[in-house]
Amino acid sequence: MSSNPPSVDFNTNRNRLIKDKLAKYSITAGGTLVLVALLLIFFYLLYVVQPIFASAHVEVRNQFTLPTSQEYIAGGMEEQGEIAYLFTPSGELSYYTIKGENFGNKLTSFNVEFDAAVTSFARTVPHQGMYAYGLENGAIKVVEPKFEVGFANNSRTIKPSIAYPLGEGEVTIDDEGASIRQFAFSYDVEESRLGVLAVTGDKRLLFSMLSAEENMFSGEMEWSSEVTEIPQEGKIDELLISPDFSRAFVRVANKVYIYNTRDIEDITQIQVLAANQENANLVKMQLLSGANSLMLVNDNGEISQWFEINGEQGRKFAKIRAFASNDGNISGLYSEFYRRTFFSTNTQGELSLYYTTSESELWSGKVSDSGIDFFSISPRSNAALMLAGNQLIVVDIENEHPEVSWSALWQEVWYEGYPEPAYIWQSTSASDDFESKLSLVPISFGTIKAAMYAMLFAVPIALSAAIYTAYFMSPELRRFVKPTVEIMEALPTVILGFLAGLWLAPLIESHLPAIMLILLLTPVAILLTAFFWQNLPESIRHKIPDGSHAILLIPVVLLAGYIAFALSPAVELWVFDGDVRRYITNELGIDFDQRNSLVVGIAMGFAVIPTIFSIAEDAVFSVPKHLSNGSLALGATQWQTLVRVVLLTASPGIFSAVMMGLGRAVGETMIVLMATGNTPIMDWSIFQGMRTLAANIAVEMPESEVGSTHYRILFLAAFVLFIFTFVFNTIAEFVRQRLREKYSSL
Amino acid sequence: MKQWFKSGSPWIWMTGGAVSISLISVIGLLAMIAGRGLGFFWPAEVTQFEMHRGDVKETVIGEIYDREMVPVERLKAANIDLHGFTGDEVERLLIKTGNREYVDLDFRWILATDIVEQSTPSQLAVFERSKNGNFYGYIESVIKDGKAVEESQKLTVLDELVERAVELNESALDLQNGPIGHINYDLERLRLKEKALDLKGELTHEKVAEFEAERKAYREQYLVLEKELFKFRDAAKRDQVIVKDMRGELVTIPLYQVLDVTLPNDMGLLAKVGHYFKQVGKFVSDDPREANTEGGVFPAIFGTVFMVMLMAVIVTPFGVVAAIYLHEYAAKNSITKMIRIAVINLAGVPSIVYGVFGLGFFVYMLGGSIDQLFYPEALPGPTFGTPGVIWSALTLAILTLPVVIVSTEEGLSRIPSSVRQGSLALGATKAETIWRIIVPMASPAIMTGLILAVARAAGEVAPLMLVGVVKMAPTLPVDMNFPFVHLDRKFMHLGFHIYDVGFQSPNVEAARPLVYATAFLLVAVIVALNITAIGIRNHLREKFRSLEH
Repeated sequence: MSSNPPSVDFNTNRNRLIKDKLAKYSITAGGTLVLVALLLIFFYLLYVVQPIFASAHVEVRNQFTLPTSQEYIAGGMEEQGEIAYLFTPSGELSYYTIKGENFGNKLTSFNVEFDAAVTSFARTVPHQGMYAYGLENGAIKVVEPKFEVGFANNSRTIKPSIAYPLGEGEVTIDDEGASIRQFAFSYDVEESRLGVLAVTGDKRLLFSMLSAEENMFSGEMEWSSEVTEIPQEGKIDELLISPDFSRAFVRVANKVYIYNTRDIEDITQIQVLAANQENANLVKMQLLSGANSLMLVNDNGEISQWFEINGEQGRKFAKIRAFASNDGNISGLYSEFYRRTFFSTNTQGELSLYYTTSESELWSGKVSDSGIDFFSISPRSNAALMLAGNQLIVVDIENEHPEVSWSALWQEVWYEGYPEPAYIWQSTSASDDFESKLSLVPISFGTIKAAMYAMLFAVPIALSAAIYTAYFMSPELRRFVKPTVEIMEALPTVILGFLAGLWLAPLIESHLPAIMLILLLTPVAILLTAFFWQNLPESIRHKIPDGSHAILLIPVVLLAGYIAFALSPAVELWVFDGDVRRYITNELGIDFDQRNSLVVGIAMGFAVIPTIFSIAEDAVFSVPKHLSNGSLALGATQWQTLVRVVLLTASPGIFSAVMMGLGRAVGETMIVLMATGNTPIMDWSIFQGMRTLAANIAVEMPESEVGSTHYRILFLAAFVLFIFTFVFNTIAEFVRQRLREKYSSL
Repeated sequence: MKQWFKSGSPWIWMTGGAVSISLISVIGLLAMIAGRGLGFFWPAEVTQFEMHRGDVKETVIGEIYDREMVPVERLKAANIDLHGFTGDEVERLLIKTGNREYVDLDFRWILATDIVEQSTPSQLAVFERSKNGNFYGYIESVIKDGKAVEESQKLTVLDELVERAVELNESALDLQNGPIGHINYDLERLRLKEKALDLKGELTHEKVAEFEAERKAYREQYLVLEKELFKFRDAAKRDQVIVKDMRGELVTIPLYQVLDVTLPNDMGLLAKVGHYFKQVGKFVSDDPREANTEGGVFPAIFGTVFMVMLMAVIVTPFGVVAAIYLHEYAAKNSITKMIRIAVINLAGVPSIVYGVFGLGFFVYMLGGSIDQLFYPEALPGPTFGTPGVIWSALTLAILTLPVVIVSTEEGLSRIPSSVRQGSLALGATKAETIWRIIVPMASPAIMTGLILAVARAAGEVAPLMLVGVVKMAPTLPVDMNFPFVHLDRKFMHLGFHIYDVGFQSPNVEAARPLVYATAFLLVAVIVALNITAIGIRNHLREKFRSLEH
């Protein structure tokens, strides 16, 4: 033992202080980090969703001057947007670099050989990517620009070449040998079929189908053709043929003649459209991608979309919508490869982008000083080529998500082939040129419908039970009842969904009258029990402690349920002719799904009951006792005190309980996924299913391509859910906190 | 009467009725799941029905699976001969007949009126098979190594032979999953190593030769093992049993397909109880068979537990640190209050939203970047850029973070400030106070939060469907191949198993009892966890109540 006074170890103290500071900073940093991570959810969802609302953008990449000695009639570019090609009337196909330092350099050129003079030129729809020359001798020659992509020394090389899909020779269209003045054609690569609609020098309109078969011996393709002459009056201005050879369109001044060419032996005129606007003339027609829609251009600048809809006289083309541009000098109309975007060019060098489904003009602006002669979009729709005078202009186009607009998501849209505008959710299909139908209305409707039925079932039961448990029930019983009901909140919803889909749905289907009877019998049975109880001698009544009605009623409710099920077949026989399902379908005219809203309502109701019960019970229970005691002391009955004092005081808490319940019902996924048919229909019927936002995400998300419009729309659905539940919960939580403060001051 | 209504007493009864309905549904639901889930393992009697329908007489053998009453009217409308039955309703039985490859449907409805005679004969055997489900019939003879076994000994010999076949099959499987799986895994790693060198441009001819030599060595090892595997399989194929089925025909069942033989009609109570526990044991320890509709759920149990444990490891430190920050360090102002409300509300955000976030952020963004940085050799095949167990754990960690934060904060706020002040007055720094006094005192609350988080995570399915769960995972996330824990693998999950088997499987009827059993397992785990958490919380409240006074 030393006698020195204890020395203070300043070193250790400093270490401790440093440690303290360190702990403070690291905990603050860690805590903030976690909170930021939670914020991240919000911003990440927004970050993924945001591009779909970005507008389209077009920017000139570069331009160069072509030699004036030549005339050019068509052109295009390969997928990467690095090489462009141009056709001349004389049959020269030349390639140019359009990216990087060597912009505008001519790479190579090919000369197509002809047996006779060239008299006309045509191209297929963009995704077939073929061009053809019509000749003096009644034949055509089909040409396809080809690009071979190779990898060498870790870099990509693209080698342009030329291909003749029908062989090096020419294909005769007119056996009489008259010249081809004008023509349209389409080539089906998979089935090796070529369809040509042509006007000859002697003014005949011919439709020719050519099909190829492989020669068994030589392995060469042998073409055989069938030709039909279509009687057509007037001077033909334009010709179009649909890629599947089923429709031919012939424009004569302001009239469009439409022929059914599905069967070459029996070509019929199905409609004549007098399609021009008042005081205007038609100047151009074009097929939209997918070839269901015909686009017509008036010389006053109006562009109209027409497609076939079912009417009284069968399927007829009708004008669906119009896009007005103030400018009357439209020089050309071009459609994209797969999407419903189209482009218009005019003689002032302006370019406009439109999207038909969302009915919007995406972009419009001047890209050249002189009029645009032709335009060609790249296969990836991210660049385009334009010829204006002898300037070749390359533009970059940013147009990732033209399908989405406010009106496409939330308003009725007239989709191709539908008889009228409708709300449709149909996001995917097998074909590339499918018109996506991305209306969020049917699935939002389904969400609301499911939540509404669930609340209809849950709110009365949960609130009544909460009121009884908090206000009337004896404390010993309450200690058991409350956790028992709350345990159900922890029950995985997948189990509720599985029971709903595989046990409840068939049960309801076969015992529908029993369900209706339960609704009727249970309250009646409870009231009867109450009445008898009232009239029992006091000696018996006093044996059971106050506040255990609930226990007394358990056998009553069970009995009511049993009677309902026992009576079910009899009721079915008397009221519904022995088969409820048939009765509902035939007599009431309501469709009946096995997995319907009733099932969802009950199953999801069960999921929501504990949430509402727990919060509402807390609210009622924590109403200060002196308030109710005061009321009782002034002579009010128990019930009067409850309704006029307790519930009134607790009403914000009850409101917040219902809000929380609604939030849970809206976002519930597994129950709706398993207990409904997940069809996105809009119908309030209790016997039909629905598809909700949450279930829709669960069904479609795993299959959606990252970064696609569909992927982002699903994120939008998640974002909507997030905001919706977050706002509801925040309101509920605020109300609850206010209430707590109020109680503490009372 | 009017007076009575005015007194409000009937309305009190009505609210009481609502409590009864809630109680009945909660307890009824749990009881039904428990009853159906546990009843599945009880060896059911096998009944033989002599039937006549019209002129056709036939025998049906099977377990009575379900029964229901059908109104006579409906049957008459369908022109069904009721053999002069009078009454309003006819009983209809659902029979599980098994023998899937010999009958059109292994479940059939029969009308009670068609039954002439019904008996539970002894000697009716049930074969549990690895393919095509159960087989019901009378054992005719047992063929051991090509020779029929003596009639009197056939049952004991059969038991021995089945056991032998099962053991051989297991050895074959162990070999396949163990050493052979190991070789395949190593070969794949070798391929990736080679590709990685190639990408770096360091793949020389010597290296190629080295790789080739290694590969050759592996292939030789493989050939040896393969021979062994075939030996096991051939040995298992040795014996057969000949069974007379309900059509009266003799069917040869190779014993390598048989997993178990029972004669349920001859079993005593004790034997049945023994069999029951054997079946329960198999259920929790076996792999699923027949597109998940039969066998056990071991991989799903393992996947669920592993994922949840991983999640707990991630969520605990973050949740606790965030709660300590919010309660001890953050300024007590309206911003903190708003943050607290926001955190509470995040618990109410639909789980599918977290799933979407997890898929976009963790899987595609984070996982995609990890692949580009660390696993370029496997591209374009994703390693971490695809749903997997680590992403599921992370997603659920974010989902359950609010639960842990709220619970921990509640625990912190229950600690009286006198305790803190006492510690500070004695000269401890704030960090020391928190670390030595506050956190230990709050640890039961942290535990409660963790248990609640685990219970919630174990029951979530919707987000997992996006970030890592699969119906059938070929390998567990933990095995004997380096690095032993494979966080990038997909996994099976009890909740998803219920969804998948109940709704996506081709034979829902056959799978239903299994789904009930799985559901019971999941419910039991979750309810037990919740009750523990509630218990701890109540205990804690009592403890601090005494501290305050």
